[in-house]
Amino acid sequence: MSETYTSDEMMTVAAARMLRNGAVCFVGIGLPSTAANLARLTHAPDAVLVYESGPIGAKPSVLPLSIGDGDLAETADTVVSTPEIFRYWLQGGRIDVGFLGAAQLDKYANINTTVVGAYGRPKVRLPGAGGAPEISSSAKDVLIIVKQSKRTFVEKLDFVTSVGFLTGGNAREAAGLSGNGPAAVITDLCILRPDLESRELKVVNVHPGVNREKILASTGWSLRFADSCEETPRPSPVELETLRDLKARTAAVHGTQGDRE
Amino acid sequence: MAEWMRLAEAIAAHVHDGETLAMEGFTHLIPFAAGHEIIRQQRRNLSLIRMTPDLIYDQLIGSGCASKLTFSWGGNPGVGSLHRFRDAVENDWPHPLAIEERSHSDLANAYVAGAANLPFAVLRGYAGSDFPRVNPQIRSITCPFTGEVLAATPAVRPDVTVIHAQKADWKGNVLLWGILGVQKEAVLCGKRAIVTVEERVESLNAPPNACILPHWVVTAVCEVPRGATPSYAHGYYARDNAFYREWDRISRDRERFSAWLDQHIRKTRDFEEYLALQRDPQVQAIYL
Repeated sequence: MSETYTSDEMMTVAAARMLRNGAVCFVGIGLPSTAANLARLTHAPDAVLVYESGPIGAKPSVLPLSIGDGDLAETADTVVSTPEIFRYWLQGGRIDVGFLGAAQLDKYANINTTVVGAYGRPKVRLPGAGGAPEISSSAKDVLIIVKQSKRTFVEKLDFVTSVGFLTGGNAREAAGLSGNGPAAVITDLCILRPDLESRELKVVNVHPGVNREKILASTGWSLRFADSCEETPRPSPVELETLRDLKARTAAVHGTQGDRE
Repeated sequence: MAEWMRLAEAIAAHVHDGETLAMEGFTHLIPFAAGHEIIRQQRRNLSLIRMTPDLIYDQLIGSGCASKLTFSWGGNPGVGSLHRFRDAVENDWPHPLAIEERSHSDLANAYVAGAANLPFAVLRGYAGSDFPRVNPQIRSITCPFTGEVLAATPAVRPDVTVIHAQKADWKGNVLLWGILGVQKEAVLCGKRAIVTVEERVESLNAPPNACILPHWVVTAVCEVPRGATPSYAHGYYARDNAFYREWDRISRDRERFSAWLDQHIRKTRDFEEYLALQRDPQVQAIYL
């Protein structure tokens, strides 16, 4: 009998698996940071975690609550200034994977973290860009981790904060963006990847216990499934135990699990 | 030439109504004591610049000090929204707040440009995003050598910059370490700079290449122990994560925020008295 787990745990584990050992990864705070650290503690011990506040090669013992926690600086190979992080390391082309979250996402993996509603008179004012626009344009590949619902997976973004494939096809290349763009979107229901030609997101893996109707009902556009769509492998006991230990350590130190944006 | 001053004197002498003010510190070393003193002295119409507004600007915005905010990420780190910032943008409370929104990479580059006495920053950024549509200051420039089109944005040039650091010596040479953010650039791009420090020491005893701001680029230096609370000072004290969470409750509601502001900032004499009040369980129970 296999262990039980939550859909959030499945999402984090599936995202962590995407990070290959040795990759240099620019990590956003929240879910991306949880997944990247899980990867580092399991199959990718040599992953290099870069945080926009300046730490390069951070190996935090608990999840950081803010992007500039002291633990990140103390465990890093080096700490550089914030301008240096963006100029030499990100724009300089030294980041393999940018790991991002999103408030809203469209079928071409463009991201909104700015406003819901009109910009000048927003219904909800979200935190804004942070480092995401340049991470999404300059990192060689981008991974996006986000909980899936009609509220987050929308037909049209209220604001394009960070660019995925713009209007699809070769629009991204035509706009002169240096990185390859989003390689995968990992949610609590499934994994999506862009179609090689249209660049529209397609479901390539469905998490165990999730059916297609549920995924469609949680998406604001008519979502397609790849012909070769498979079930996501369940979290292994090691993956689950490592994730739960990490969260328990974080809660003991911070009083919170550390993966809210 | 740096002058050792009391914080209240430094703010009175060097921060004026209607000026452009940058208070920096990337999660670490956020100059909260100085922010509180600006609220106490009731500055108005400030044009605020900061990459991550954090609680410090939530407090300044909610108390009516600011008419404009230039920023790149406006959340409560690890917690959620900045409610006073949102109330100003969404509902014009306590009065309208103009915003100039940029990305981290852009603002970091713009501080560098300001420090280097250049009029604008150049970066690979914003291509395809909606930012240029809502911020006319984000423009483009064509590289004269390769023809590549790059983003161009105005340099940050504040009237006054405020930062917090770990140490300063008797001359006012300032030493900081840990996560440095854009503090060095922020000091160098400002017309004036106020630095609060954890402690005044005889000698900095710093190794070569340490981040030191020579006394002759600092206008005023003030000893304010724990002056970055509730953020942290590496080597001195940890981040008060509980307060960041409590702030969500204090700031969510206008009346509760106003009561907190009156009791903790407007009616306290200085940061020391504020810290004593923060430690008083009877006072804190009111806001829980």
